[in-house]
Amino acid sequence: MNTIIFRTVAPYLTALMVVFSVFILLRGHNDPGGGFIGGLIAASAFAIYGIANGVAPVRRALYFHPITLAGFGLFLAACAGLPSILAGVPFLTGLWVFPTVFGVELALSTPLFFDIGVYFVVVGSITAIALGLEDRMEN
Amino acid sequence: MTGMNPTIVFLLSPFLAALLSPVLVRIMGANAAWLLALIPAGIFAHLLGYVPSVAEGEAATMGVVWAPSLGVNLSYFLDGLSLTFALLISGIGTLIILYAGGYLKGHAQHGRFLAFLFLFMGSMIGVVTADNLIALFIYWELTSITSFLLIGFDHNRMASRRAALQALVVTGGGGLALLAGVVVLHLVTGMNELSLVLNSGDVLRESPFYLLAFWLVIGGAFTKSAQFPFHFWLPNAMEAPTPVSAYLHSATMVKAGVYLLMRMNPVLGDTLVWQTVLPVFGTATLVIGTLLAIRQTDLKLMLAYTTVASLGLLVSLTGFGNEKAIEAAVYYLVAHALFKGALFMVAGLIDHEAGTRDIRALGGLRSAMPLTFAAAALASLSMAGLPPFIGFMAKEEIYAAIARADAWSVAITLFTIIGNALMLVIAAAVAIRPFLGEAKETPKHAHEGPVLMWLGPVVLATLGLVSAIVAHTTNHLFVSPMAGAVAGAEVDAHAAIAFHIGLPLALSVVTIALGIAVFCFLPQARFAMAKVLHRIGWGPDTGFDQFISGLVSLSTLITRFLQNGRMEAYMTTVFLIFGVAIWYGLIRYGEFPEFPQFVTPTFYEAGIFLLAVLGLAAVIYAHDRLTAIVSLGIQGFAVAVIFILFGAPDLSFTQFMVETLSVVILALVMTRLILDKTDHRPFGERFFDTAVALIAGSGFLLLLLAVLQVPFDPALSDFFTAYSRVVAHGRNIVNVIIVDFRGLDTMGEIAVVMIAGLGIIALIRVKARRPRAEAEQ
Repeated sequence: MNTIIFRTVAPYLTALMVVFSVFILLRGHNDPGGGFIGGLIAASAFAIYGIANGVAPVRRALYFHPITLAGFGLFLAACAGLPSILAGVPFLTGLWVFPTVFGVELALSTPLFFDIGVYFVVVGSITAIALGLEDRMEN
Repeated sequence: MTGMNPTIVFLLSPFLAALLSPVLVRIMGANAAWLLALIPAGIFAHLLGYVPSVAEGEAATMGVVWAPSLGVNLSYFLDGLSLTFALLISGIGTLIILYAGGYLKGHAQHGRFLAFLFLFMGSMIGVVTADNLIALFIYWELTSITSFLLIGFDHNRMASRRAALQALVVTGGGGLALLAGVVVLHLVTGMNELSLVLNSGDVLRESPFYLLAFWLVIGGAFTKSAQFPFHFWLPNAMEAPTPVSAYLHSATMVKAGVYLLMRMNPVLGDTLVWQTVLPVFGTATLVIGTLLAIRQTDLKLMLAYTTVASLGLLVSLTGFGNEKAIEAAVYYLVAHALFKGALFMVAGLIDHEAGTRDIRALGGLRSAMPLTFAAAALASLSMAGLPPFIGFMAKEEIYAAIARADAWSVAITLFTIIGNALMLVIAAAVAIRPFLGEAKETPKHAHEGPVLMWLGPVVLATLGLVSAIVAHTTNHLFVSPMAGAVAGAEVDAHAAIAFHIGLPLALSVVTIALGIAVFCFLPQARFAMAKVLHRIGWGPDTGFDQFISGLVSLSTLITRFLQNGRMEAYMTTVFLIFGVAIWYGLIRYGEFPEFPQFVTPTFYEAGIFLLAVLGLAAVIYAHDRLTAIVSLGIQGFAVAVIFILFGAPDLSFTQFMVETLSVVILALVMTRLILDKTDHRPFGERFFDTAVALIAGSGFLLLLLAVLQVPFDPALSDFFTAYSRVVAHGRNIVNVIIVDFRGLDTMGEIAVVMIAGLGIIALIRVKARRPRAEAEQ
């Protein structure tokens, strides 16, 4: 797998996939996509980068340990359920606001943050596993 | 129930004190005990306010609703029985807190210790005042847990940990029996509150479940109150610091079982089995307890075994079956709480000041520790049942109650005389041996302890005298209402310290004479007992160890069988059970699907199907594992394409990603495992695995076909189609379900994903460390 073509292309491919994964994540509410799929795409991006260039650059690029990202995701998802307390409705009930920013109407909601949480959990957990295994391959 | 009431705040205040004590001890040191003792003292003073009305036969109930749908309330009930108990617990608790302040002065964990004591105190007060059956159980278990913490306080010592665990296993096991017991009580009577259950009359006695309820309650009470053959945990619990022993084994923990029996007496008592089981086990415990006490030379252990004996006596009296006996039990209970609390504290004082608790090494401390000696003397006289102490009144009442003409009573009386005489021996040994005689050289140079420490024993020992002198008041305010509550009828107690010439007095004289005779030959008696015990060899304490090690071996065996660590075994088991379960269901209920109608596929659909089949064939015939893994990916991708063709883009999308990642991860795992490149299972194994695969695969195919032939119920899909856009602002129904409609499920799932990730990381690291460690060697 250490062909020069793969090693040259991998960083660009990874960047492209990560951007694409965010796109898939955000459009998920209306079109095919969402946190789970987005997370899987991003995780495969990091796995590919790891196979091509080694685990250390991936870990450096991520900065946080992947499982930390997963923990953050779970935390975010749980927090997304909390505003419903203020509104006096059951935990995790979806709440929506539609502010207009620079003339564009934005749809912000608690399910969006929940979905971002899902994204982080999937990215974090799968990347942690993949990198852990790749680590061992290098030793 | 009268709603929130200041009394409830008082009853719960020890838990607050538990929070405060570590902070206060850090600020004030040992003197914090003076401040903290105000809390139990406050409870005591507040509860005293109930004494006049309860003495008139009134009972107070109060509480707050907790989980009304389950019939669980935090409700309290104060009648003669619970009030006297609560007063003993809070009153002695006050002295114990002070004592503990002095005993553990300067200990690094002094604050923690006081916190544990307060937690225990709060739980114990809860046990005796709880009205709701479930609340009673919860408090009961809290006492088990907090006593575990107290007994194991000195957790650096193996013996401490073992004793704590033993107490927890025995009393916790009994607690489970009690839980079942209160459920039976509830089902039979239909009541949740003790105060109501107690008024249910003969309902329980006439119920076919009476025996069940009886044995379950007995199971809880006998384990807690250390009745033979569960007595062994109590002496072992002497590993705890002395304040714990003084508190748990005088008025509280071990009395909880007696409390339960007394509490249940009006509804469970007065039957043949009650009047047989309680006296038999009680008397056996009394005699065995005193015999084992004779054997000991450690002050605390001697006292511990006599506590076992006293508990036996109380159980026996509670079940004896006449009101006189119950009255006697009440006298004895109060007397025992006072003298035993004092004597344990004396033992702790001697240990603290002289550096040893072995009576063979102690002597002549009277001049060095005059106050301690005074307290020990007064308490021992009460324990020995000599006038003019409350112990004497109790013993007179006991003999008056049980000395009847029938053979059964005579037997019980005989054993009780032996028990009481041996109790006198121990009392004399504890009071005389360390203090009288010539002074012996002790590890520490003995002198009187600090006021914090001698206050408790002196007060309790004096109370044993005062309560007997003002017998009329004691009877009216405490004994009569309590005995009345236990008997379920009005009782008028009128014991006094005046001598009444009669059978009880004669039996007392016999007891004292026998006791003095044995005391004169105490070393010989001890030697004889030691020899007998050595001859027997096995005891419940050893039995407990055998039971625990047996349990551990059994669970090891089961774990080894179920978790044998071979991946193939797990997979085979899962798929075999899976396949057999489906096939069994289909055959048993004759629900085989009809042969499906095939629609001619378009050429591209046919192409995809062919690809999937080719992928599978490649898996089976692949030369090496890596090829097989990649071929599995072909099949997976083909399925993903099928999903797209049939209008499930989300599913297909996910399938693509999952397939990609699983091929990558599987390949990574495979390269790390030390495996042969090719699969070379022997023919038999291959054949078996093929059969399992076919059973599971064909079963699943049939199941899917059968499911598809059931008429489709569109209720759910209609609901989501109708509301996804309107309510959740999303056109992608799958995603809306995941993040909104079923958000809580998703939350659980992502938690599982994360935990699985953590687990796998841990596994990878464990495996990774091994070769490195070997390399270092």
